[in-house]
Amino acid sequence: MALYNDIVMDHFLNPKNVGELENPDGQGVYGSPVCGDMMQIQIKVEDDVITDARFKTFGCGSAIASSSMATSMIIGKEIEDALKITNKDVIDALGGLPPVKHHCSVLADVAIKKAIWDYADKHGKTYKGLEGFDPFQEEDPDAEEEIPDEE
Amino acid sequence: MRKVYLDYSATTPVKEEVLKEMLPFYTENFGNPSSLYSIGLEAKEAVENARSQVASLINASPREVYFTAGGSEADNWAVFGACDAFKEKGNHIITTEIEHHAMLHTFEFLAKRGYDVTYLPVEEDGRVNPKVFEDAITDKTIFASVMLVNNEIGTIEPIKELAKIAKEHGVIFHTDAVQALGNVPIDVKDLGVDLLSMSSHKIYGPKGEGALYIRKGLKISNFVHGGAQEMGKRAGTENLPAIVGFGKAAELAKENFDEHVKHLSELRDYMVSEILRRIPDTYYNGSKEFRHPGNANITFEYIEGEAMLILLDQKGISISTGSACSSKSLKPSHVLSAIGIPVTRIHGSLRLTVGDPTTKEDIDYVVDSLEEVVSRLRQISSVDTKKGW
Repeated sequence: MALYNDIVMDHFLNPKNVGELENPDGQGVYGSPVCGDMMQIQIKVEDDVITDARFKTFGCGSAIASSSMATSMIIGKEIEDALKITNKDVIDALGGLPPVKHHCSVLADVAIKKAIWDYADKHGKTYKGLEGFDPFQEEDPDAEEEIPDEE
Repeated sequence: MRKVYLDYSATTPVKEEVLKEMLPFYTENFGNPSSLYSIGLEAKEAVENARSQVASLINASPREVYFTAGGSEADNWAVFGACDAFKEKGNHIITTEIEHHAMLHTFEFLAKRGYDVTYLPVEEDGRVNPKVFEDAITDKTIFASVMLVNNEIGTIEPIKELAKIAKEHGVIFHTDAVQALGNVPIDVKDLGVDLLSMSSHKIYGPKGEGALYIRKGLKISNFVHGGAQEMGKRAGTENLPAIVGFGKAAELAKENFDEHVKHLSELRDYMVSEILRRIPDTYYNGSKEFRHPGNANITFEYIEGEAMLILLDQKGISISTGSACSSKSLKPSHVLSAIGIPVTRIHGSLRLTVGDPTTKEDIDYVVDSLEEVVSRLRQISSVDTKKGW
């Protein structure tokens, strides 16, 4: 018996893309230690394609698994396609997360967008997928989590 | 793989001697203790024998011990029974911020129905200041409840002093002794409490059985209504095998008390000193002096508790955490918050509780595993362990 499904457990026990890049092209940090989870994502970009990504995460098993899965999903993707990945896509790729853990996937989603925004900002680029994105948003420790029904 | 259970405050295995006593009461000695023929009378005798065994562990008279379906029912009965019986006198209740949810949620229920509840803060070591308690008493105060031993940090509360103050002000005093039973000396006469809750499964007895001590002469309202079992105070056919098991567990707890406490405190102290010595950025939470002999609560800075719990589980080790991520409510431990532990450190806290079956080899395996797990999660962590938060 385990708390999470096999895919989540595998990404938690053997996480992919852990660490930091030398001279990353973009970096995003999201979450707060007060909330119990904080994620840092770094990316390398060549010709609008994400060629590499690394993460470091303070958080629970599903936060680490979400980071591992989300970075795996963006590597090799065009930036506009990477921006289309939602937290729901990360949850689906993980074969589902307990409803109470859905915010872990949101964390990965926002951290990736922050990293891309950082890259775009430094290189004077604009991406359609970043329209309306607030790069300075912070997780609200007092936010009442909306816990969806058991799936 | 080696299996090490270090969560004896959550529950304990039923001891062989206890199970052996229980088994005949499921089959050949299955009588209803209310029946008037032989197997009924024998069942009744077994219940009364168990009542004496439990009473003896807390130096009560057997007629002051009433069996319930566990610690939570005993807690609920004490609160509802006393607050109903004394409702003419007032509507004010005093308790603490660090009680078990069996108490806190019961008080929240009453607060919605016109009762006024004061939640006392505790000092940094988790202890209630008796002066603060006395100051909170008003002429409307009818009931006060402070746990004897806290379930997360193991702090032993100054119950004797608090009960004395309550008595001077005519306030009924209850203590939740679920964690204390069998682990710290309990003498209800010396403590001077009116009501005391107990649970069987924390002392190597079966689950689903507990008891409430009600001081002789104190009348509180019934909670479970129906038949005349338990001297007319708690209805329902007795859970005979579980009562017999609880009695035997209480008898063993009394017989082995000194040895049990020595075994637990030696292993706990060894474990804590090894963890603090071998793993950097670790903190021992709670009182060192006034503490349950088997309880350790330790923060591992820069990482999160549920992640540690799962990695340790992979190594066959069972422990628990105060991290919000491990709870369905996503709320960090209210006990660690109440003693002023910063929330970042609460997320990285583990509760490790040793028990009778624990060995030094178990502790060495746990410390080795912790060292590995903590180092691995710190490498993944986005917090730079050199720079700190």
